[in-house]
Order: sequence, then structure tokens, then C-alpha cells
Amino acid sequence: MLDRSKIGHEFPCFSADVEKGRLKFFAKAIGETNPIYTDEEAAKEAGYRALPAPPTFTAVLDQESPEFLPVLGLLDIDIAKILHGSQAFEYLAPICAGDRIRVDTRISDIFDKKGGALEFVVMEHCYTNQDDVLTTRATSTLVVRNG
Amino acid sequence: MSDVQVGTEIPPLKFPPISRYTLALYAGASGDHNPIHIDSDFAKNAGMPDVFAHGMLSMAYLGRMLTNWRSQASLRKFENRFAAITQLQDVITCSGRVAEIIEREGETLARCEIQAAKANGEQTLVGEALVAV
Repeated sequence: MLDRSKIGHEFPCFSADVEKGRLKFFAKAIGETNPIYTDEEAAKEAGYRALPAPPTFTAVLDQESPEFLPVLGLLDIDIAKILHGSQAFEYLAPICAGDRIRVDTRISDIFDKKGGALEFVVMEHCYTNQDDVLTTRATSTLVVRNG
Repeated sequence: MSDVQVGTEIPPLKFPPISRYTLALYAGASGDHNPIHIDSDFAKNAGMPDVFAHGMLSMAYLGRMLTNWRSQASLRKFENRFAAITQLQDVITCSGRVAEIIEREGETLARCEIQAAKANGEQTLVGEALVAV
């Protein structure tokens, strides 16, 4: 059983730069064809100050953490046993190339189903930009397959 | 706006078959280097038939469908659960429809039911989005 006393745990916050090249690479990886995600002129014509980060890119910022998936070490979870259960984003302000985003993450819940065969870790994430504007809130659920 | 009503279909998007190349690119671009998505030996040792797609890759596909339909600036909420694993060679189609028009904080929002599904109809992602209209 995962350590329920870690509910409420706050991971050390970190900051990540939203790099133009990374956004273009991400756009390529998801097959994006809308030029506002790869062409700065098109982005500006569409009203963005720089290339916008697409809707799921905030989850990429989580991976900029100094330790890869720090929840695994905290709760002693084997990376081979995890699945992504759910993901939710609430958008408050855009994220664009050149931004520096602070990522705050806490564990909001840990629970199990099927007599402990599946355990769930719910994490809440806040993404705040260099002007101290909260841009995005996210909730992610990690599923741990036991046995 | 009158062009978005309950029942309006979001133009669907169909993607090429998921390949190892797709997953390698996404691993690099997303920073999600979990070997279960890119190393067949690791995946098999973990009890999986082979490497499988990142859930967030399919969510990014759903995001593409949404931002093709309405500008990203009008997207307020976007959420889904991951209902089934997307395997190599699966052909994913994203689709959705407006389920409800609601008023919230002075804005008119379309609550859209969205999904990603395999060619056989099996849903892989099921969720919803709130889009200002």
C-alpha cells in the first residue's frame, strides 16, 4: 500500500523555460499542422505575443523537474507499474515561447480500488508565469498496478 | 453564436497508425522518457505485449481537434480519463460534439463531450472540454 501520510505532500517547486525550439519539436511530434504553433508570424497575426504552447504542453513542463517523476521516489513506486489514469487542465492565461513557468505540485489524494490491486495518486499542479500570473491549473491521476 | 449549438459536431481528426517512430518523437519532445513507451524489452518485462503510446500523446491529438475547431484562446477547460491503452499500429480518431450550452461568469460556453477511439470503435480517451463561443 502506498503511504497515505503523503497526502498533502508538496514537491519542491521549480521553474522551466518555454523554449521556441521545444514548442516546434512538440508540434512536430503531435503532427500539428496549424501554423500558429510553428510560425511566429502566423502566431502574431493570430494575436499571440510569441508561439503559443498547445493545450497539453503544460504537462511537458512537469518533466522539467530536477528529478524525473519525483512521485515515484517519494512513494517507492516502480515505473514499470504506472499508467496515466486521467488528466484535467483549466486555462486562465496563455503560455508562450519565452515564458518562464514555475511549477507547483502537491499530492491531493491517494486511494485504491479492487482491494488494493489498483492504487491511485492524484496530483494538483499550478503553472505560474514570470509576471506571477497563474496560467493553468491541472489535475493528474497516476494509476499503480500492484501484483 | 448561432453556429455552435447543442448537437454541433466538432470536425473529427484521424491520425496515422501509431508507430515506434511516433513514440520516440513524442518521448523526446514531451520529456516523458518512461522506457515503457520506447523500449520493447522493458515493456515486455513489465508484462505488456510491447511498447504502447503515451496517454498524453492522444490527449495532444484531442487538443489538436479542439484548437482546429475553435481558437485555443477560447479553451477554458479540457479533461479526460484514459480508458484503454493505445497500442502500436492503432489508428486513432478524435471526435466530439456539443452536449450543452451554459452561461458561466458572463461567458457563453459550449460543454463538449470528446473522445479518442480506435478503428474498432474502442474508446481510448473519454472526456470533455469547455469552450467559449
